[in-house]
Amino acid sequence: MPPETNPVPAFDVVVVGAGPAGSAAALEAARAGLSVALLERGPYPGAKNVYGGVVYGRILDELVPGWWEHMPVQRWVTRRSTMLLTDSQALTVDFRTEDWGRPPYNGATAFRAELDGWLASLAEAAGAVLVPSTTVTGLLRDAAGRVTGVRTDRPGGDLTARIVIACDGVNSFLAKEAGLFAQVPGKQAEHTSLGVKETLALPRKVIEERFGLTGRHGQDIEVLGCTGDIPGGGFLYTNLESVSVGVVLSVVGLAASGERPEAVLAGLKEHPAIAPLLRGAELKEYSAHLIPEGGYDSMPELVTDGMLVAGDAAAMCLAAGIWLEGVNYALGAGMYAGRSAAVAIAAGDTSRAGLTGYRRMLEESFVLADHRRLRRVPGLVFSERVQQSYPGLLCDVAQGFFTVDNPRPKPGLRRLLSGAARRRGVRLRHLLSDAFTGTRSFG
Amino acid sequence: MTQSSPHAHRAGVSFEDRMATVDFRVAERAHIVVDTSVCLSCELRSCVHACPAALFVPTDDGGILFNYEQCFECGTCYQVCDAPGALSWTYPEGGHGVAFRQG
Ligand SMILES: Cc1cc2nc3c(=O)[nH]c(=O)nc-3n(C[C@H](O)[C@H](O)[C@H](O)COP(=O)(O)OP(=O)(O)OC[C@H]3O[C@@H](n4cnc5c(N)ncnc54)[C@H](O)[C@@H]3O)c2cc1C
Ligand code: SF4
Ligand code: SF4
Repeated sequence: MPPETNPVPAFDVVVVGAGPAGSAAALEAARAGLSVALLERGPYPGAKNVYGGVVYGRILDELVPGWWEHMPVQRWVTRRSTMLLTDSQALTVDFRTEDWGRPPYNGATAFRAELDGWLASLAEAAGAVLVPSTTVTGLLRDAAGRVTGVRTDRPGGDLTARIVIACDGVNSFLAKEAGLFAQVPGKQAEHTSLGVKETLALPRKVIEERFGLTGRHGQDIEVLGCTGDIPGGGFLYTNLESVSVGVVLSVVGLAASGERPEAVLAGLKEHPAIAPLLRGAELKEYSAHLIPEGGYDSMPELVTDGMLVAGDAAAMCLAAGIWLEGVNYALGAGMYAGRSAAVAIAAGDTSRAGLTGYRRMLEESFVLADHRRLRRVPGLVFSERVQQSYPGLLCDVAQGFFTVDNPRPKPGLRRLLSGAARRRGVRLRHLLSDAFTGTRSFG
Repeated sequence: MTQSSPHAHRAGVSFEDRMATVDFRVAERAHIVVDTSVCLSCELRSCVHACPAALFVPTDDGGILFNYEQCFECGTCYQVCDAPGALSWTYPEGGHGVAFRQG
């Protein structure tokens, strides 16, 4: 590789975006002794960010040992439920365990402004310079096309760097500008969902009574069948003195539906299984954000000369209706991006070739391993049958199973299933093939 | 489904009250600009119902009235708009725009 002909860069690494991916990248790069700038367009980290509300802990064990002593947590998730809804029915699979209520804790609810602020403060403590209120407007490149820094909207705001790590979230204009999405099939809207969310205040005591919780324990509910004709899903998560309720809607489906997003959310809130949980709650904040939902097959190139991309900017979010996991993937990817940057700079090769260790680290970790294994899941969960037919099918089977109408003889499960399948227009053949895809992905 | 007007009273909270729960640090420069002459020949007008902040309002002459001040910066409008040149979309200048407190 030719020696660097550019003048000495201002920083070893410039990280764009102080979300979980950016702060993890800045933290690791700073820990490796590099000079790091962490740029964020919001007035504070988290100002622009929205999520459902749950962070899973295992990647934090590696990034921030003993994290649970320091992270700004609302509640520890000890109860996880999946709810299938039709207009008048609800079938819930409800799991709770005391194990998740003590260290090392499985998951926690937290607010983004607090979570993102905490993560950025860790990067700062390791030596990174956080620069908020600064929007990156483009990439700087040398004559050979290699990325050499970023342009910002500050006066004289060009910042040069040996490596730029783009963690600029779902709309990533930097990954697009670098041409990393050139090979991804279809339009971005086809791989994207809109999440709309309400944070609703309820007294702590009321939350604990309604959700059957004590102390700092919390419940997460994921919902399928609550988005009408629009492929998507919903969620209801408990905080200390509020709950977060939202729906996630396929952008293409939303566009075609003529429906308003907050009206779909209002429908979920009015469902007979949800409304009693929210009664009397007061709206504290309405919010919306896009989610990259396409999974593995919609991911861009992750590396180019002088640049890495991590987190939602690289579509590393696992979000298909009932799933909403992105923070842990963003943290993992950011951590590996920071490490790869350090390796490349130490080796004096920040070209694409010098940065390929990043992809390998991701492939060997849960980040890409999960995404590769679950690559069929976004399509499956958004399929017509899973969206429109299965919630009703399963609710009908449950209703038949639990209905007591003796002295008539009890129908067998097989008859309930075939009757419900006929009513909901499901073919046994499809049910089997979807079950096969499902078990192959999860099994 | 019925097409509801963006400012209708829904689910107990008016849309104005809903938006009033969100903090905005409004920038002087509009970060999204709509070329309403392109909108005149748009049939789908998905932006009108898809924008979670209900910022696109159809006008009597077939154009679109757009106000950037209460924008979530989500990106939905540029993803659903199929008409080239209708939207120029950027982020607000650093420190401005939406500032979520709960997120
Ligand atoms: C409604 C919803 C529910 C979700 N629920 C969950 C959940 O419960 N659990 C979970 O784990 N995940 C969830 N996710 C996914 C999760 O939010 C994301 O995967 C995660 O935030 C990705 O982190 P990131 O750091 O890659 O990107 P982001 O968190 O989006 O951070 C990107 C950062 O870059 C900044 N930025 C962007 N462009 C620029 C620029 N040009 N200049 C300067 N700064 C810039 C932004 O302001 C932002 O701070 C949900 C998402 C949504 C929308
Ligand atoms: S902004 Fe796009 S989608 Fe909206 S009316 Fe104009 S052309 Fe149509
Ligand atoms: S970015 Fe989102 S909130 Fe802003 S105008 Fe577009 S759709 Fe509406």
